Amino acid sequence: MDIPIIGMTVLWIFLYGYLIVASIDFGAGFFAFYAKFTKRDDIVNNLISRYLSPVWEVTNVFFVFFFVGIVGFFPQTAYYFGTALLIPGSIALILLAIRGSFYAFGNYGSKDSMVYTFLYGATGLFIPASLSTVLTISEGGFLEERNNTVVFLAQELFTSFYSWSVVFLAIVSVLFISAAFLTYYSARANDQPAIKLLRRFALIWAPPTILASLLVFISLQRHNPRHFENMLGIWWMFGLSLLFFLIATYLIYTKKNYGTAFILVMLQFFFAFFGYGASHLPYILEPFVTISSAYTNETMGMALVIAFIAGLLLLVPSLILLMRLFLFDADYVKGNR
Amino acid sequence: MAELDGVLLSRMLTTLTLAFHIIFATLGVGVPVMISLAEFIGIKRNDQHYNLLARRWARGFVVTVAVGVVTGTIIGLQLSLLWPSFMEVAGQLISLPLFMEVFAFFFEAIFLGIYLYTWDRFKKPIYHWLLSIPIFGGSILSSMFITVVNAFMNTPQGFTLEGRTLTGIDPVAAFFNPAAPTKIFHVATSAIMTSTIVLAAITAFMILKGRRGEYHKKALKLTMVTGLIFSFLTALDGDISAKFLAEYQPEKLAAGEWHFETEKGADLILFGTLNEQGEIKNAIRIPKMLSFLAYSDFNAEVTGLNETPEDERPPLIIHYFFDTMVTIGSYTLFISLVFVVLMIWKKGDPFKAWLLWPIVIAGPLAIIAIEAGWFYAEMGRQPWILRGYMKVAEAATTSNYVWLMLIFFFLLYGVLGTLTIIVLRKIFKNNPAEAELEFRFKS
Ligand code: HDD
Ligand code: HEM
Ligand code: HEM
Repeated sequence: MDIPIIGMTVLWIFLYGYLIVASIDFGAGFFAFYAKFTKRDDIVNNLISRYLSPVWEVTNVFFVFFFVGIVGFFPQTAYYFGTALLIPGSIALILLAIRGSFYAFGNYGSKDSMVYTFLYGATGLFIPASLSTVLTISEGGFLEERNNTVVFLAQELFTSFYSWSVVFLAIVSVLFISAAFLTYYSARANDQPAIKLLRRFALIWAPPTILASLLVFISLQRHNPRHFENMLGIWWMFGLSLLFFLIATYLIYTKKNYGTAFILVMLQFFFAFFGYGASHLPYILEPFVTISSAYTNETMGMALVIAFIAGLLLLVPSLILLMRLFLFDADYVKGNR
Repeated sequence: MAELDGVLLSRMLTTLTLAFHIIFATLGVGVPVMISLAEFIGIKRNDQHYNLLARRWARGFVVTVAVGVVTGTIIGLQLSLLWPSFMEVAGQLISLPLFMEVFAFFFEAIFLGIYLYTWDRFKKPIYHWLLSIPIFGGSILSSMFITVVNAFMNTPQGFTLEGRTLTGIDPVAAFFNPAAPTKIFHVATSAIMTSTIVLAAITAFMILKGRRGEYHKKALKLTMVTGLIFSFLTALDGDISAKFLAEYQPEKLAAGEWHFETEKGADLILFGTLNEQGEIKNAIRIPKMLSFLAYSDFNAEVTGLNETPEDERPPLIIHYFFDTMVTIGSYTLFISLVFVVLMIWKKGDPFKAWLLWPIVIAGPLAIIAIEAGWFYAEMGRQPWILRGYMKVAEAATTSNYVWLMLIFFFLLYGVLGTLTIIVLRKIFKNNPAEAELEFRFKS
């Protein structure tokens, strides 16, 4: 394997990590708001906050890692996306900022503020929606090079069926992933009312997830036939994804093994996400940027890979420690610590 | 003209974000050091006051760190949004430290999460203290890496530019550029200094409001002693920074000191104004001091600003930023020295209003010093974004909507800043230290 592919794979793994942990976080925000709104917050909100409090900053770093990494490995992307996406990028940033800081304000400062909870819940849906449009834009057709600058065709994006199906998929996946995880987490805490509520959420959001995926498939065929053909070439990855989804939903439905179910959900998204990514190549941004055109120089590429390996040696043990203390420690999850 | 406006607006937005971020970033580097120190003393002396101090500081820190994280995320992405051409070029050279910065954050974020929620989970308290090492270690490392990036913008090296392509790229040389060492030390010590002074100012304020218990007195002693040490170190490596400038970026030093003609035995000019003819009025002149500051030799020759081509000179206003920074640095050094002397001297009582009020004022002043230092360093780099290679005007985005984003972010920071203060006040007001001492350690 050559370095650009390794670099892209590494970044994609981190983006996948962000997809999972951020979905849990975003969805939890929405559920917390919904529960509060329907006066059921005593059931789930302590549970949610027990999970989120120690990890939200880590979630954010996954995201920072991805965009710093992609500018590092593929500096040309900074030029194209940076020039074109000032407005949508800034809006996503403002939403992220509101969410992150209001989480801290609400959680450590004034508890029980409806405004904070509302902003927290609403941004949890808007952020995935706005971030997912970057993937849409990378399919091509929404940027144009005109007299030495890159122009973003916002109108095209807002009227594109493909674009909206991706937004839809992003939102429902967030809710599905989050509900599946929180069901597992409440099962660890052996908290019956919470299990009941969250399991229902998971089952409600399962069918829309698969429906949205189908929509994206169909609309991609029209929007970008090249990518669609590539996807068909690795159809088995999407097939596996569907299979994992079905087993996971079945397990949740029959109230068995919520832990395994959540791992299967992670696998479902793993295969779909990597299938999508692999068939996207060689383009990063169609038709302007490919992984070879954007690749930084050889020396820097090597240096980054070395830094990455050294960094992982540091990170993996620490992440395991974090998970052991807050995810797998039954006493903590139950709120006894 | 429209193009120039885009550049100006991009600069304003960058300045706005960084000026806001740096407040929280500075506290993010310094406060964990103090938390760790307090917890350590608490364990060693088995003194609950220090333990509580660490806990309460940590509780406030969670709020400021959150704002630091979100504004940092903003600036990280905004660099690509506002300076796409710069990032395309510089990305090939400096992505290594940027990448490492994220790793350092990652490390810090993980342990911060663990630290905050495991106060009572370990049998031996020292294990909990150990968790604080990766926290302040991570934030100091990440400030180091980002400072390397900034240093690179001032003294770029490790590549050759042929036309518009870069060759002979050497990330290691780019990393260890000449500006890096002095900048790293000055940024780190000034951050710790500022944090101690801010914590001291808050404590002094509480004492003035009548909280005269042991807890607050211990807190003030601890912060003022560390404040003295780090004020001294900051002045020391600030002086070394000036020597660095004299050697590698003489135009920044010259503009900052209003030193126009190259000469031996140059005077140091403090404050003052410039009249229409460009003559210096109302200034305090310290004979030959600039030569000493720049080369540790009263008769050394200091390069003047007139050696630099006219269109490559930094703006002269940076003189005031430099003066502000140095004046405030001397002020905190003096105040903390007085406090520590009175503290050690048996008959002295440092907890008097005439000394506490100046300490309260020193808090906001220290933040102003940080801002002034950065404005000095950043505007002193003008007109370059990569000194000697790329000018700011060539690097900005071509988008026409920067003004709108400027308004949005201005509002955002206004809201975040206000809420931070409100929330912090609320946390501590509803839960005074005395009550918490009772409740937590009533054995
Ligand atoms: C509490 C804050 C604070 C205080 C009291 C001082 N500084 Fe400072 N200074 C900074 C905070 C700072 C800073 C914000 O951290 C800067 C901005 C860029 C940098 O590298 O550090 C800085 C930059 C900076 C530079 C420019 C470095 C460069 O651009 O490469 C010089 C020459 C000095 N300082 C010198 C001093 C001296 C002689 C001081 C004597 C007391 C001093 N500083 C006190
Ligand atoms: C954190 C504290 C910092 C502050 C308060 C700060 C402040 C400023 C200011 C005032 C300007 C505008 C200069 C002018 O308009 O004349 C500026 C520009 C800029 N700074 Fe900094 N800076 C900081 C650190 C950094 C660091 C660490 C970097 C490196 C990544 C950086 C990158 C830039 C860039 C890209 C510009 C735009 C180009 C320019 O106008 O010179 N800054 N900053
Ligand atoms: C020398 C000036 C700077 C210092 C000392 C500094 C330090 C810090 C600190 C202490 C935090 C708080 C996060 C934490 O404690 O976990 C932070 C956040 C952050 N800073 Fe800065 N920063 C500086 C300038 C910059 C610049 C110019 C950038 C952009 C390239 C940047 C990027 C970030 C990012 C991305 C975060 C969020 C990281 C996260 O998600 O945890 N910083 N910074």
